[in-house]
Amino acid sequence: MPDAIISLTHITKHYRRGKQSIEVLQNLDLDISKGEFVALMGPSGSGKTTLLNLIGGLDTPTAGEITVAGQRLDKLTSGGLARWRARHVGFVFQFYNLMPMLTAQRNVELPLLLTHLSAAQRKEHALAALTLVGIADRAKHKPAELSGGQAQRVAIARALVADPILLVCDEPTGDLDRKSADDVLHLLQLLNRDHGKTIVMVTHDPKAAEFAGRQLHVDKGSLLESGQLVA
Amino acid sequence: MKYFPLVWATLWRKKTRTILTLLSIVIAFLLFGVLETVDYGFSHPSDAVVGADKLITTNKFSITLQLPFSDIQQIRSIPGVAEVTWITWFGGYYQESKNFVFALPIDTETYFNLHKDEFIVSETDMRAFRTTRTGSLVNVALMKKFGWKVGDKVPLHSTIWTQKKDGSLDWVFDIVGSFDAKDPTMASQQSSSILFHYEMFDEGRSFGKGEVGWFEERIADPAQSVAIAARIDALFANSSDETKTQPAKEFTMAFIKQFGDIGFVLRAILGAVFFTLLFLTGNTMMQSVRERIPELAVLKTLGFGDRTVLGLVIAESLLLCMTAAAIGLALSFGALPILKQGLQGVELSPKALLPGVGVAIVLALIVGLPPALRAMRLNIVDALADKR
Repeated sequence: MPDAIISLTHITKHYRRGKQSIEVLQNLDLDISKGEFVALMGPSGSGKTTLLNLIGGLDTPTAGEITVAGQRLDKLTSGGLARWRARHVGFVFQFYNLMPMLTAQRNVELPLLLTHLSAAQRKEHALAALTLVGIADRAKHKPAELSGGQAQRVAIARALVADPILLVCDEPTGDLDRKSADDVLHLLQLLNRDHGKTIVMVTHDPKAAEFAGRQLHVDKGSLLESGQLVA
Repeated sequence: MKYFPLVWATLWRKKTRTILTLLSIVIAFLLFGVLETVDYGFSHPSDAVVGADKLITTNKFSITLQLPFSDIQQIRSIPGVAEVTWITWFGGYYQESKNFVFALPIDTETYFNLHKDEFIVSETDMRAFRTTRTGSLVNVALMKKFGWKVGDKVPLHSTIWTQKKDGSLDWVFDIVGSFDAKDPTMASQQSSSILFHYEMFDEGRSFGKGEVGWFEERIADPAQSVAIAARIDALFANSSDETKTQPAKEFTMAFIKQFGDIGFVLRAILGAVFFTLLFLTGNTMMQSVRERIPELAVLKTLGFGDRTVLGLVIAESLLLCMTAAAIGLALSFGALPILKQGLQGVELSPKALLPGVGVAIVLALIVGLPPALRAMRLNIVDALADKR
């Protein structure tokens, strides 16, 4: 794929459990274009979260090549991956993973601590991100004072605040009621469509997957697209 | 500094636990401040208290052994010695042994010549003292403490000296006047002092007549103290009563050491306290980091590097220990006036608190490093696996 922002070639991933080696992904190839919204689906243990971790630079493959935004992730050190993640990826988790002792605004500011922005600039950017996700009025609230949908919006604001090219979402609606889930999915769709963010989302929920422009199924370490095995 | 709000907020994540840990460190550093100040006071007697121009001559082998009074003539003959007086340790208390009094038999003229800058005594009281053989001058603080007044007869019990007339250890003195310290820094040193006539004491005691506990010399030039001390000791070298002459400051320290190695005892106590504190605070820090593993993993996911995460945990430990140490040391600084009342004759200085800052840093690093290393080595995927 010529305009692929994410390119995985012959990816294999093994995990060791004691003396046993478990093969989670087998010789997997995948290209994702810039600006795509991709849903990764599949049963538990199929390897979709492992695949997401590799794309997000949280883990490295046992074999194969991963190139994201022109950077070979499989060649980077732990420190290099951390710096790359800070610049290029925003993460959204199922359980929001906000810092409970920080306000929404401070949570959103966290990725900006790794930049050279001043405190005033960090605050300004954080409030802009919270405004974008429609929750600026809760900036001074702590996570325990927010509903699940609101907390996930804060998490999305945190993922967006450093203006990454890629959003990696792991079951972002898994802990939300239908209404809140739809709100979050609409928000992700908006970010993809109007702000050009490339989004890779793991989900169990077929309705959530419908919000994505492309659906991939991971099963037993291989990828299927709309019933077809991905080449 | 940009990480301070994050570190501060993390520190107060579990308020009760942090407050309890903070209090335990505060108390340890309060104890540290008090004991270090006391140790410093015992090992650094100030010139204001003991006098830089004073020498003390004792028996070479022990200050409990006496010297012949006749030595005074030879000491006086040494150039640079401006004044000599003599004193013997009376070892007295009033009614009960807990009521220790610093009772000293003195030669009125030479003693007050040598210590003329240290006492405030009215002419009337001094005249009465000179003319009353059994008279005594008592520090105003001691008069107040026991409710004594001029004209009272005060019995003092000596732990050493029996009376020739009846073998009794009890000596009775007439209070004829009082004195106070000229220099406020000496007030505590003098606060339990009673002065009485050496002549009466020497004639009245059943043994040791013609002997003195030690000589005190005032020298004209403090810079010559070492040379003059050597000359005095040379006078009595190879005699049956060899002497040891030293600056008054060193004598004071040697006198204090009779009671044991105070520094060692205090440090042993502090060692035990801080050893316990290491386990307590170390365990708290480990527990705190263990509970926050998913949060630390999230920070790493966001791009915080291994060393940044290590630094955040160390900074948290430093913040906790330094804050608590600052409070504890400030409290011990506030306790200095109370300590001065309780430790008469010891000059206490806030300088003793400075090592506390170093101790706090070392404590923070020791208790912070193991959890910080654990946080640094955290595998993001494993740490997030349970949280997702």
